[in-house]
Amino acid sequence: MIGVVDYGAGNLNSILKAFSYLKLPARLVTTSEEISKVERLVIPGVGSFGAALAELRRRNLYSAIIDWLNENRPFLGICLGFQLLFEKSEEAPEENGFSIFPGRCQKIRAAKVPHMGWNLVKIVRNDPLFSELDSAEYFYFVHSYAVFELIDHVLALTEYSSPFASVIKFGRIYGVQFHPEKSGPAGLKLLHNWGTKC
Amino acid sequence: MLTVRIIPCLDVDEGLVVKGVKFRDLKVAGDPVELALKYYQEGADELTFLDVGASIKSRKTMIEVVKKISEKIFIPLTAGGGIKSLDDIRELLLAGADKVSICTAAIENPSLIQEAARTFGSQCIVLSLDAARVNGGWQAFIRGGTYNSGLDAILWAQQAEALGAGEILLNSIDRDGTKQGYDLELIREISEKVRVPVIASGGAGNLEQIYEAIAIGRADAVLLASTLHYGEITIPEIKKYLKGKGVNIR
Repeated sequence: MIGVVDYGAGNLNSILKAFSYLKLPARLVTTSEEISKVERLVIPGVGSFGAALAELRRRNLYSAIIDWLNENRPFLGICLGFQLLFEKSEEAPEENGFSIFPGRCQKIRAAKVPHMGWNLVKIVRNDPLFSELDSAEYFYFVHSYAVFELIDHVLALTEYSSPFASVIKFGRIYGVQFHPEKSGPAGLKLLHNWGTKC
Repeated sequence: MLTVRIIPCLDVDEGLVVKGVKFRDLKVAGDPVELALKYYQEGADELTFLDVGASIKSRKTMIEVVKKISEKIFIPLTAGGGIKSLDDIRELLLAGADKVSICTAAIENPSLIQEAARTFGSQCIVLSLDAARVNGGWQAFIRGGTYNSGLDAILWAQQAEALGAGEILLNSIDRDGTKQGYDLELIREISEKVRVPVIASGGAGNLEQIYEAIAIGRADAVLLASTLHYGEITIPEIKKYLKGKGVNIR
């Protein structure tokens, strides 16, 4: 069973609908008790760095997620869920992220912000997550912050003003900056791979 | 590189796709779920649904349509038409829309954009701006293009961006359904004066005109309705043509 963390932000239905379409059992998890009963965990996107962390704490989910990550259990962070895996974000400088990956999220400096639309995700290190996908595929992005520091754990890069990390991995912890649940057949394939091969 | 988005628009009235000319003379063009699936399979980058019925019954049908579509189609979905409150927005987002577009209520109650952006995030709030040429400039119209709000369209676009709109869906009333080409000056003026993405709408009749909206108008996305619904141009044709012209396309 996949647990999708409900922290009151974003459209959680779309990721659930994608898992349902793929016939991968998934449910919302709202308490640490419920988190302990699932095998895989997803933190979906949309919202702000500071507000999300505050809400996770308020709902007593924060330490359950930290424990999950420290045990290196199967995890997927999507969009904001990706950003929360880093140490810091310019969006809320006083806050600390889950700090699984070194580095910080910086405000995108480009003519148009947010970075919204389909952009190329170029694989730099192969992984079961990309099984049956091309070495460069288009995925759908919506975000105003990104990680431009190119750390060791990067699996794929995308370019918008300059290259940023679009997929990261440490053990069984994955993060994707784009929205696979909104990225058509390629996105569904990636979610299927994560749910069955990662 | 970010690609230019091709977005089919389905105007829905009581559960059926309709399309008119200059916002009038609506004709039925098909079933929304079937059309949406067809466009998804052909490579549409997003889909937009506008409830033009503006009745309670039409609104309920629209929610059902969004629900059905979001179970089968995994690209961004925008829904709009008759949105007046945060509750209307919440209902559409819960049904499966990723963004909502707001036109009349945004002008009649500008704090709605601000509150909606704060509550749901700017990324899901699209300002729908219906503009027509008036006295050498452009003014923003409301209530399905029937009423001139008196606001300058360019100033309103900038103000809406400041209030938190994450995207602007720019419809030219003068060109809507005419197939005479987009109002390129209007698109360019607004694209250059806001920092959020601009979706060009109204007037597409052939491939060259779509290219112009991007190359001359600097649109970040193009919205298409009648030309697609009547099969005059298909999404694969558009994508092939634009790629041939050097435009970044998925």
